[in-house]
Amino acid sequence: MSMTDRLVLEQVTKKVSGRVILQDISFAVPQGSILAVLGPSGAGKSTLLSLLNRLEEPTAGTIYLDGKDIRTLDVFVLRRRVGMVFQRPTLFPGTVADNIAYGPSLRGEKPPLPVAEYLREVGLPAEFAARDTQSLSGGEEQRVALARALANDPEVLLLDEPTAALDKTAAHQVEELVTYSCRQRGLTAVWVTHDLKQAQRVSDRVVLIIGGRKIEEGPTPDFFYSPQTKAGRAFLAGHLTKVDTEVR
Amino acid sequence: MSYLSLTLSLSFVGLAMLISFWQRLKLERDLFIGTVRAFIQLTAVGYLLKFIFNLASWQYVALMLGVMVLVAGQNAARRAEGLPNAFFLVAPAIAVAETITLGMLVGLGIIPFTPQYVIPISGMIIGNAMVASGLTLNRLRAEITARRAAILTTLALGGTSRQAAEPALKAAVKAGMIPTVDSMKTVGLVQLPGMMTGQIIAGISPVEAVKYQILVQFMLSASVGITSMLVALFGYRLFFTSAHQLRLPSTNPSR
Repeated sequence: MSMTDRLVLEQVTKKVSGRVILQDISFAVPQGSILAVLGPSGAGKSTLLSLLNRLEEPTAGTIYLDGKDIRTLDVFVLRRRVGMVFQRPTLFPGTVADNIAYGPSLRGEKPPLPVAEYLREVGLPAEFAARDTQSLSGGEEQRVALARALANDPEVLLLDEPTAALDKTAAHQVEELVTYSCRQRGLTAVWVTHDLKQAQRVSDRVVLIIGGRKIEEGPTPDFFYSPQTKAGRAFLAGHLTKVDTEVR
Repeated sequence: MSYLSLTLSLSFVGLAMLISFWQRLKLERDLFIGTVRAFIQLTAVGYLLKFIFNLASWQYVALMLGVMVLVAGQNAARRAEGLPNAFFLVAPAIAVAETITLGMLVGLGIIPFTPQYVIPISGMIIGNAMVASGLTLNRLRAEITARRAAILTTLALGGTSRQAAEPALKAAVKAGMIPTVDSMKTVGLVQLPGMMTGQIIAGISPVEAVKYQILVQFMLSASVGITSMLVALFGYRLFFTSAHQLRLPSTNPSR
């Protein structure tokens, strides 16, 4: 474990009613970097993400945030420090401003910056603050969800396929916004995606998970130019798009 | 009522059986069991009540109320499939509702603390609390399942499980109380409640019977409200771990 690693996973295993979802996963996410977690759908990527802010508990293994076992941290503090953006944003009834302020409001606080600042950061005009959440497009919803996560002032951002439910244009915009925010704020990010091109564009490092096991790990260019395993090459070539637990 | 007319009342069951047979509903067996059970249970309760009324001892009344609460709790908990320990949630909730409601009735001098009053009134309180807790628990589960994404969102933003479950909680309390509130609105217009009907048939003036019915209606709203609130307030915890993680019973393990 290096001093500059913000998140470290050590032999993390997750079983759900006896079925293995993730097996012995270990990797580290250096401070300020974006890690893409790649893999076919059903590989256990989303589950992996939900272990990092303790929405779920690993069956075995340990996860460290800044060198501390996350189980020893106050779970509310952990979840504030480790923000999450879901594939499908869930906005609450009310205005956009209500939603952006929602995270801090759960603790009886206000966001550190004015709501308009968060809107600006996600590329929305200040007038959006008063908009009803019912009236937003899918892309706008995801931007508001991102702004809401940022209003909690996180150090780490967990991104669960944040563009997968959006049309091409919106997906592209949200991808750029998320990347920009991460870089600008120096956030450490774990970005789950099944989109190879997206991983190549946004990430510094890649972890490839297939059938609940880590198949490859390394700097993004290395992975894309010289994958080390047969399964890695097959995945890159597009031959592996769904779960295949037989692959090693 | 003579035993002859009671025996003749079996012809009503016979009619229901005929319909079942004719329409191939296959309810004959259930109807038969139901008839026998209703006959045995009600007869036994009749004699039991007579016995307790004659004893007029509060220990027996308390025992009877205790049994009623336990049976009601067991019945309501059975409806909450896949939720372990539901009984230990529902039975105390019903017991609290019964204690508060009956305590107020007796404490305010509305009814005397005699078995004739306490047991039938408690029967209504506990019976309605039982239905309400079943409704609340089922609705709670349905709401939490349906609002999974919103609950995870709140938890992920650092909210407590209570904060995450709040909308589901409200909906569940409402669901538990709605039948009672609705029946308050339509009572007398659509149906004459059983107790009032009974009193009128027994020869009591309708105006006097109505007074009791109003009392019953008001008291049921209290007991149902208390039960639904307690079941929801403590019941949502069954769906979360101590680390504020959502734990749905029998979740689909595909993710």
